[in-house]
Amino acid sequence: MISPETSPPRSSSQSPRSPPAAPFLSISVTDPVKLGNGVQAYISYRVITRTNLPEFQGPEKIVIRRYSDFVWLHDRLAEKYKGIFIPPLPEKSAVEKFRFSTEFIEMRRQALDIFINRIASHPELKQSEDLRTFLQEDEETMERARSQETGIFKKPADLIQIFKDVQTKVSDVVLGKEKPVEETDPEYEKLKHYIFGLEDHLAETQKQAFRLVKRHRELGQSLSDFGKAMKLLGACEGNSLGKVFSELGAKSELLSIKLQKEAHNLLMNFEEPLKDYVRAVQSIKVTFADRANAFRQHCELAETTKLKEINLDKLNLMRSDKVREAEMEYRELKAESEQATRRFETIVRLMNEEIVRFQEQKTADMGLAFHQFAKGQAKLANDIADAWRSVLPKIEACSVSSPHG
Amino acid sequence: MMDPDTGFFASKSPAVRDEMESLDLSDATAPSSLPSFLEPPSYADVVLKSTFEPQNAVSTPGSGSYPPRAAASDYLRIVVSDPETVQEAANSLVPGGNTYVTYPITTWVRAAGHGGRSEFCVRRRFRDVVTLAARLAEAYRGYFIPQRPDKSVVDGQVMQKHEFAEQRRWELEKYLRRLAEHPVIGRSDELRVFLQAQGKLPLPAATDVASRMLDGAVRLPKQLFGDAAAGRVAPEDVVQPAKEGRDLLRIFKELKQAVANDWGGVKPLVVEEDREFLERKEKMQVLEQQLCTASQQAEALVKAQQDIGETMGEMGLAFIKLTKFETEEAIFSSQKTLSADAKCVATAAVKASRLYRELNAQTVKHLDTLHEYLGVILAVQIAFSDRTSALLTAQTLMTDLATLHAKVEKLEVASSKIFGGDRSGLRKVEELNEAIRVTEDAKSCALGEYERIKENNRNELERLNREKHDDFLSMLKGFLINQVEYSEKVAIAWAAVVEETCGYARESN
Repeated sequence: MISPETSPPRSSSQSPRSPPAAPFLSISVTDPVKLGNGVQAYISYRVITRTNLPEFQGPEKIVIRRYSDFVWLHDRLAEKYKGIFIPPLPEKSAVEKFRFSTEFIEMRRQALDIFINRIASHPELKQSEDLRTFLQEDEETMERARSQETGIFKKPADLIQIFKDVQTKVSDVVLGKEKPVEETDPEYEKLKHYIFGLEDHLAETQKQAFRLVKRHRELGQSLSDFGKAMKLLGACEGNSLGKVFSELGAKSELLSIKLQKEAHNLLMNFEEPLKDYVRAVQSIKVTFADRANAFRQHCELAETTKLKEINLDKLNLMRSDKVREAEMEYRELKAESEQATRRFETIVRLMNEEIVRFQEQKTADMGLAFHQFAKGQAKLANDIADAWRSVLPKIEACSVSSPHG
Repeated sequence: MMDPDTGFFASKSPAVRDEMESLDLSDATAPSSLPSFLEPPSYADVVLKSTFEPQNAVSTPGSGSYPPRAAASDYLRIVVSDPETVQEAANSLVPGGNTYVTYPITTWVRAAGHGGRSEFCVRRRFRDVVTLAARLAEAYRGYFIPQRPDKSVVDGQVMQKHEFAEQRRWELEKYLRRLAEHPVIGRSDELRVFLQAQGKLPLPAATDVASRMLDGAVRLPKQLFGDAAAGRVAPEDVVQPAKEGRDLLRIFKELKQAVANDWGGVKPLVVEEDREFLERKEKMQVLEQQLCTASQQAEALVKAQQDIGETMGEMGLAFIKLTKFETEEAIFSSQKTLSADAKCVATAAVKASRLYRELNAQTVKHLDTLHEYLGVILAVQIAFSDRTSALLTAQTLMTDLATLHAKVEKLEVASSKIFGGDRSGLRKVEELNEAIRVTEDAKSCALGEYERIKENNRNELERLNREKHDDFLSMLKGFLINQVEYSEKVAIAWAAVVEETCGYARESN
């Protein structure tokens, strides 16, 4: 845990007698810029770190990072902090054409910002050295670190494939298809069942939310076309009736714009949080796999150690000269076994803490997303009512059956 | 194809709709009855109420808002019931016989002036409708006559048999009601006979002159010159428009005349009126174009409204399933909160979806006016072309007269040069003079017809402008009021969710 700052902060704006500032670590991912050409083109982001923590190089640091740097950080954390639900990354876009659209870039930037800040606010993950490397090292050092990756996570493209493999492996391992050795904890079973079911339900709601965004855009487009047609029709009619058509057309076009805006709002503040939830659940499934592996290792090693112990006893009785060697092997194995057991128990402990945090965080996130969604819809509906209502006075101004040429 | 009752395109997921209908939303409130300004005006009397039931109110533009038009009609109510298939057992050479479809039509009239009876029931087949339309077109030239339903299926989509039958029944009903509402045609014998005469429809299928004679193309000159053997033809018959394939010679002559007119060979009758007429024609064409576009965009708008409502409903359902799942599997208290929040959103989404659906049904009814007026413009164009062809007939006859007079002159000059008189020449002159008299009569008739049609055009145009103004106004008002009403309701549904979840907003700030 980070201890509160005891010496006065370097910032000169604070007088020496003011109380020590609370520790903070705040990061922004901003200013996406397209670099490179053709197939090699990519987006780079400005990552600004503001902190008063002593582990960092200063109160503010700005570095340039790209998506694969975020992937590197994610994978390092996943390797080192088994048992913790690593915050999920946004997907790499499959469709080439979409890769540089304004909307996609904005969605990704927002997701990366959320990702890095979640790490920064996680009690364990925020202490990671890899995080500090990511936030402070210059671009060359970063690139070297990335290419040094000896693990199987080399390129972002691989990640998708690996992830897919992991997904299937996770299902197999977690659902006990591959190995007969698995935990029998009923509570854990319930949790596993819950997480798998949750992913399906969430994916469905996210899919519908995405379609809803599209529908808003389509309605906006048709209102725009309708408005134009009404205006033209108004030009055919004369006088006051023509004015009504004209006004109706104008309002229709106005509403079209509002609908496009709401579609964007829906996408960023409702659909994305839902997608984020899905990703988070998928990340939990990875932790399940880690736990299952750790359990398997712990069991296997315990088993092997026991056999070695029996063998050692046998050798002792026989007063064989292999005893010393066997004893050394036994001691090594026993240490490994104890390590594996500790690893497994750590994962179990961490997971129990994580799941509570996760649920609470998710409830807050979704609650906010629901609130934004409802607010947007309510405002849109009111705007629509207002716009149409404003045309009614013009209709009253039209007398019924007045002769028109 | 739009379902006339709900105004919807075939829904992709009727199962979803059913699922939504069966949802028990504990705080769901059925949409309140229409506000007062959406119901028929309070001065609508019993007559109006019986004529226009809710689903029938759409059959004529603006009918719900302007009772004077319907109330002025002699016919209180016309209903076309479901079609029945009839077997023509007698004189069928083919085993199994000839089958055709008949539509039972029930008409209620104002008691007085119809032999005391107030209700009539007849059976008509589609062929009869075609006949009625043809008779009206002939007898009421210059009027904007409502167009009858099409003979064949125009729709691109493949229609089920029962769908086709229903659509035709509905169109038939609309057509008859429009006829009944027309100030002149509503009083016509043709319509009365169609709606009231029992048994087979006693209207002749075709009445053009040529069918009463032998092959008309050859006989036409004799018609004009009054060949005694062929039987005199009344001048009025001459002024009927030339029918294709029968009055070939006449068509050819009128075509020559038309060409001569266009090339400025013969001056058209009255130049100023023609110009005004041409202006009106052009305005009508522009209106048609804009209406066509507007009608298409209206259809697209309705579809978009339907789609968004559907997706909103499907999303609501997905959230409800999520809620159920969370509730069943809840381990932590935070899950229960999330579950409750999700249910709140789901309820509002499903409610909004239902509201969108109702709004759309109303929207269709209003915007349908655009489509209906496309049909009206078609009638206008026919009436305008009646006028043009009447003018052409008159001009053709005038040219004939001029030709005849020229011939007489020539003959008289030639005759005067012959000593002792020219008996054969004199006889010819007599014949020609007779022809001139006949043609003069025909010309008067034709000019009279032309004037009559012009007058009809003028009156009808006035009526059209009045009614179009009112109908469009009614359409726009109805559309706007609907949109306002339903949008307000949707806003209220979402405001409840905003209220429920406002705690989260404060937290994040």
